[in-house]
Amino acid sequence: MNDNNYKGYRGKALSVLKNFNAQVWSDAEIITANCNYKGIILPRSETADSFHIVIKLRVGYNIGIAADKVLDIKIEGRKEAHYKIPEKEFPTSPNKPKVKLLCTGGTIASRLDYRTGAVIPAFSPGELYSSVPELAHYCNLETEKLYGVFSENMGPEQWIGTAQAIGREIEKGVDGIVIGHGTDTMHHTAAILSFMVQNSPVPIVMVGSQRSSDRPSSDAALNLMHAVKTAAESNIAEVMVCMFGPTSDYYGLLHRGTRVRKMHSSYRSTFRTIGDIPIAKVSRDEIIPLRHDYKQRRKDRNVIINTSFEEKVSIVYYYPNMKPDIIDSLIDNGYKGIVIAGTGLGHVNKPLYPSLKRAHEKGIAVYMTVQTLWGFVQMYVYDTGRDMMELGVVPAANMLPEAAYMKLCWALGQTNDPAKVKEIMLTPIAGEITEREPSNGYLIYQGGLPEVEEFISKYVK
Amino acid sequence: MKEFIFKSFEEMTGKDYETVGFKSGLEIHQQLLTSKKLFCRCPAGMYSEKYDAEILRHMRPTLSELGEYDGTALMEFKTKKDITYRINRDTICTYEMDDTPPFLINEEALDIALGCGMLFDCSIVDELHIVRKQYLDGSIPTGFQRTAIFALNGKIPFKNRQIDIVQMSIEEDSCREVSDSGHSRIYLADRLGMPLIETVTGPNMKTPFEAAEVAEMCANLVRSTNKMRRGIGSAREDVNVSVDGGTRIEIKGVPKIGRIPLLTYNEAMRQWNLLRLRDELHKRKITKDSFSAKWEDITRLVKKVYYQPVRSAIEQGLSVKCVVLSGFAGLLHWQTQTDTYFSKEISDRVRVIACLTNIPNIIHSDSRGENLTSAEWLNIKRAAGATDDDSMVIVWGNEIDTDTAVKEIIIRAKEAAIGVPSETRQALRDGTNGFERILPGPDRMYPDTDLPPTRITSERLEKLQVNLPEKFWEREDWYNQLAIPQDTIRELSISKFAKLFKYVVNEWKINPTLAAVALIQYPKRLKRNGVDVALINEEMMREIFKAYKDGLLSRHGILVAVRKSIVKGKFYSELLPKPVTTKEIDETISAVKEEMKSIKLFDEENTAKVLMGLVMNKVRINVEGKIVSEKILNHI
Repeated sequence: MNDNNYKGYRGKALSVLKNFNAQVWSDAEIITANCNYKGIILPRSETADSFHIVIKLRVGYNIGIAADKVLDIKIEGRKEAHYKIPEKEFPTSPNKPKVKLLCTGGTIASRLDYRTGAVIPAFSPGELYSSVPELAHYCNLETEKLYGVFSENMGPEQWIGTAQAIGREIEKGVDGIVIGHGTDTMHHTAAILSFMVQNSPVPIVMVGSQRSSDRPSSDAALNLMHAVKTAAESNIAEVMVCMFGPTSDYYGLLHRGTRVRKMHSSYRSTFRTIGDIPIAKVSRDEIIPLRHDYKQRRKDRNVIINTSFEEKVSIVYYYPNMKPDIIDSLIDNGYKGIVIAGTGLGHVNKPLYPSLKRAHEKGIAVYMTVQTLWGFVQMYVYDTGRDMMELGVVPAANMLPEAAYMKLCWALGQTNDPAKVKEIMLTPIAGEITEREPSNGYLIYQGGLPEVEEFISKYVK
Repeated sequence: MKEFIFKSFEEMTGKDYETVGFKSGLEIHQQLLTSKKLFCRCPAGMYSEKYDAEILRHMRPTLSELGEYDGTALMEFKTKKDITYRINRDTICTYEMDDTPPFLINEEALDIALGCGMLFDCSIVDELHIVRKQYLDGSIPTGFQRTAIFALNGKIPFKNRQIDIVQMSIEEDSCREVSDSGHSRIYLADRLGMPLIETVTGPNMKTPFEAAEVAEMCANLVRSTNKMRRGIGSAREDVNVSVDGGTRIEIKGVPKIGRIPLLTYNEAMRQWNLLRLRDELHKRKITKDSFSAKWEDITRLVKKVYYQPVRSAIEQGLSVKCVVLSGFAGLLHWQTQTDTYFSKEISDRVRVIACLTNIPNIIHSDSRGENLTSAEWLNIKRAAGATDDDSMVIVWGNEIDTDTAVKEIIIRAKEAAIGVPSETRQALRDGTNGFERILPGPDRMYPDTDLPPTRITSERLEKLQVNLPEKFWEREDWYNQLAIPQDTIRELSISKFAKLFKYVVNEWKINPTLAAVALIQYPKRLKRNGVDVALINEEMMREIFKAYKDGLLSRHGILVAVRKSIVKGKFYSELLPKPVTTKEIDETISAVKEEMKSIKLFDEENTAKVLMGLVMNKVRINVEGKIVSEKILNHI
C-alpha cells in the first residue's frame, strides 16, 4: 500500500478513507447523515489531527468532515493537482549581461506545495520567466539549484558550497551573481560569503522574500527584479543583501553583507544596515549609490575563494544573572571560539570572570560584541571592561555579533594561533569593522513624535 | 430563443419574468458586532477618513492549489495598477498592512457566525479551514481575503416553498475604494479586516421582488441575534441574476435592499438583449468562428478634428486607434439596459482593463450623438478599410493602454457572438450596472498556510444553541394572534427585547399591546426628543414592567420611567412616581370641577368625559384611568 495515496491521514480518518477506497485527489461525494459534500479529497497536513477528512468543495473552499460521521464515499473520478509553473523559454540577447541565479532555498525561488506544506524549490529560467517576465529586460539568466533548505538549516556545508559555486561562476565569466536565500539567516550567509569570497570582480547579490511568492502581494518578484538588475548592471562588486527599503513596492536597498541584519520578524523592509548607511538604492529603473567607497566592478576574474571554517564556535547572548556554567559547558565541550554579545559597551557580570579566565588559558578565542547592535565595544570606560580584557576577552569594535561569529569561524578555520586569529579578526576585510560611525548610521525614529509623524505622512511608508 | 421584448420595469409581470426564465440568488454580507477584528486585535467598527501614512503595492497573479491561474487574476494583472492604501494607526496594525502573519481567528466572531448558521438550519462544518480567496483588484493588501465556510446546506421557508442556503462563510472585510483613475487606485483601509459573514442562497428567486423579499428575510434573521453591526456599509448584498440561455452574473455591492428589484430587472434585460444581439449576429452570419476585426493607428488622420476629447489627446501627443468590427453596422447602438447600449459594454472594458478612465473613452460610427463629422468618419473608414456593413470604434490614450484597449474591444465584440460573458458587475445609481471584472472561479481559492484548521465541537454548538433567538417569522405569527399593533410586529420580532416581551406577556400577563408599544414605540418617541435610546437595556425594561405589574406604575408612567432610567443608566425604585392617595384624587377632581365652571360645554352630556380628560392630564403618570373614572362617577 502506497501511503502517498492517503497522504497525511492517520487513525480514524485513514481507516474510513481506506474502507471506501477513497484516495487523496479523488473527486468524490462524501455522505453523512446531515449533508452530502462533493469535491476533491485533499491530502492532510501531517500535523493536523486524525479525525477529519479534508475536501475541496466545488466552490473552491476547503472544509474538514469528521471521519466518524461518514456513511459512504462515492468516487466519481480523480483530479490530481499538477502543481507546475508554466514554462516559457527565457529569451536571450547577445547584448545583455549574463547573470547566474544560485538557489539555496527559502521563499524567493520556491513555491509552497499546498499538499504537503513543503517547498517546491528551484525555478528554472523558464519558470522564472513566466512568473516574472520583467527579468528578461535586464539580463540573460541562468539558474542553478544548489540546495533546497529553509534558511535556518543553512550551515557550513552550504556556505562552503555556495562560496565555491560563486568562484566557479566568476571564472566562467558571469557578469553578476544572485543568490536566492531564506531571509532568517540571510545576514549570516551574507557575512560568511563576504569573508570566503575575496576580491570579487562582479556583484554578488543575496535576495529573498518576506511574503512567499504564492501570494499576490509577495515582495519576491520585485526583490528579484532589483537583485537581477543590480547583478547585471551595478558597478558594486561586493557581497550585498538586496531587499525592500520601505514596506511599499517601491525600491530596494543594497546592504553591505557584513553590516546588515534582519530587524523585524515579518515586515518586508526588515533588513537594515546597522551603524552605517546602505551602499545604494535600487528600483526597476535605476541604481542610485548612497556612498562611493564600494569596491568597483572589474573585467578580470581574479577572485579569491577561502572556505576555511571552524565549526566549534558559539555566540553567547549575555543576560544579567548568567551563571558561569554557560561558559564552562562551552569550554568542556571543546569550543575553540566564543563571541559574547555583551550589555552596553560590552560587559558581563563578575561571576563569569573565572570561567572566562579558564577559557583564555585553554586557548579559546573570546571576542566581545554589543547586544545593542549599534555602537562600538569600548572596554576602557569602566573597570569591568578592563578587568575582562585582562582575562583575554578581545573587543571586536563595531562588528555585529553575527558577523563576528562568522568571522571567528573563518579565522579559526585558518589558524589556531591566538595572535594570528586576533590579527584576522581585527583587520577589516569587508566593512565588518568601520573606523567611524557616521551620525546617520543610527536612526530609529520614535513613532508618535509630531515631527516623525509628519515625515511618515509625507513619504510612502 | 423565445420572442419577447422587455417592457418597462413597471409593466413587467411575474409571467413575463417566467417567460425569460428569470433566476436570482443572493450573497448577503453582514458585519458582525465584535469588539475586535477577525484576524488581528485592532478595534472593530472605527471608521475615519483620516490617515497617517500611505503604502504602495502591486498585485501579481499566482497559481492555485490545482495548478491553474484564475481568469480574473490575469485580467487584473493586465491592468497594472499602482495601489495606494491610506492607513490610520488607530485602526490598522501591521497585520492588515500584510507585514505580520495573522493571529488566530476571533472566537467571538466565530461564535456569532456559528449561531447564524444554526438559525439558517445549516450543517455546521466539523473542521474550519481558512482559505485565501484572491482579489487582485487590491481591495485587500495581501491580495487575498481570508475566508472559511462554516455552514452548508441550510434553508428558510418562503411563500410555501423553500429557499436554499447553499453556504455561509466567515471572512474579513476589504478596503473602501477612494478613487480609481488611470493606473492609480486608492483605498482607505479603515474597514479592512472587520469580521463579516456571507450567506449564499440558491438561485431560487423568480422575480426581482422576490429577490428583495428574501434579502430582507435573510438580513432580519441574522439581525434577530442582535449581534450584527448596524449602520452604513455594515450590510451589503451581491445579487446573482440569469435568464434562460444567459449566464450567472454577479452584481456586487448593492448597499440597500430596496435597490435590488430595479437592478435585477436591468440585468435580466441586459442578458436577454445580449442574447437577442447574438441572434442578430448569427443572422448576419457572424459567429465565434467567422467573427473578424482589424485595427489601424489613425493618429495622423485625426490631427485636425474638432471633437474635443480626441483633439486634446492629439495635443497631449497620445495615440488614436480605430477598430473595425466586420458586419457590426448599427449594433453598437443595440439597447442592453434602460438608456444603455452595447457600446457601454465595450467602453466599460476599455475603462477597467486598459485603464482609460476618462469618459468618453471611445466613440463609434453607430453613435447618434455628436462626435466626428461625417467627412472625418469617411476619411477614417477609407484608411481603416471599413465598409458600410462594419462598425468602427475609436479609442485614444498612450501607446500601451490603447494596445490593451484594442485587444479588449475585439475580445468583447467577439463575445457578443457567443452570448453573455461571465462577469462581476457593479451596481450603478440609476439601477443599471457596469462591468467590474471577469467572474472569478474556484481557481482563485488557496488554503491559508498561516493558520491551522479549527475543530468545531458539538459542545460548542450546544452551548450556542441555547442562546439562539426563535425564528422571527414564528414570533410574527404569534404577535399577529396577539393582535399587537402592526407597525411593531416586524421590529419586535428581531428586537433584542423579543425574549422579554414573551416573558412579560406569558408570565406576568401584561397586555401585549402595552408591552409592544413600550418596547418598540417608546424608544422611538424618546429618540425624537433627543434621548440616547441605545442605553435602554433588557434589565431596565424588565424592572419597569415589574413595577407596572405590581401596580407601582401606571400605564402612562412607563414612558416617564424609561426616560428617567436612561438618565440614571438603570431603573431605581426611587424613580417611581409617588403613589397618589384617594384624598389627592378627590382634591384634584374638585379643583378641576371648579375650573370647569368657567367652561361652557356644547353638550352637557359630555361633562363626565371632559372632566375625566382634564383630571387624567394631571394624574395619569401616577394612577390608572380606571380608578379615576370610578371616582368621577361618584362625584357627578
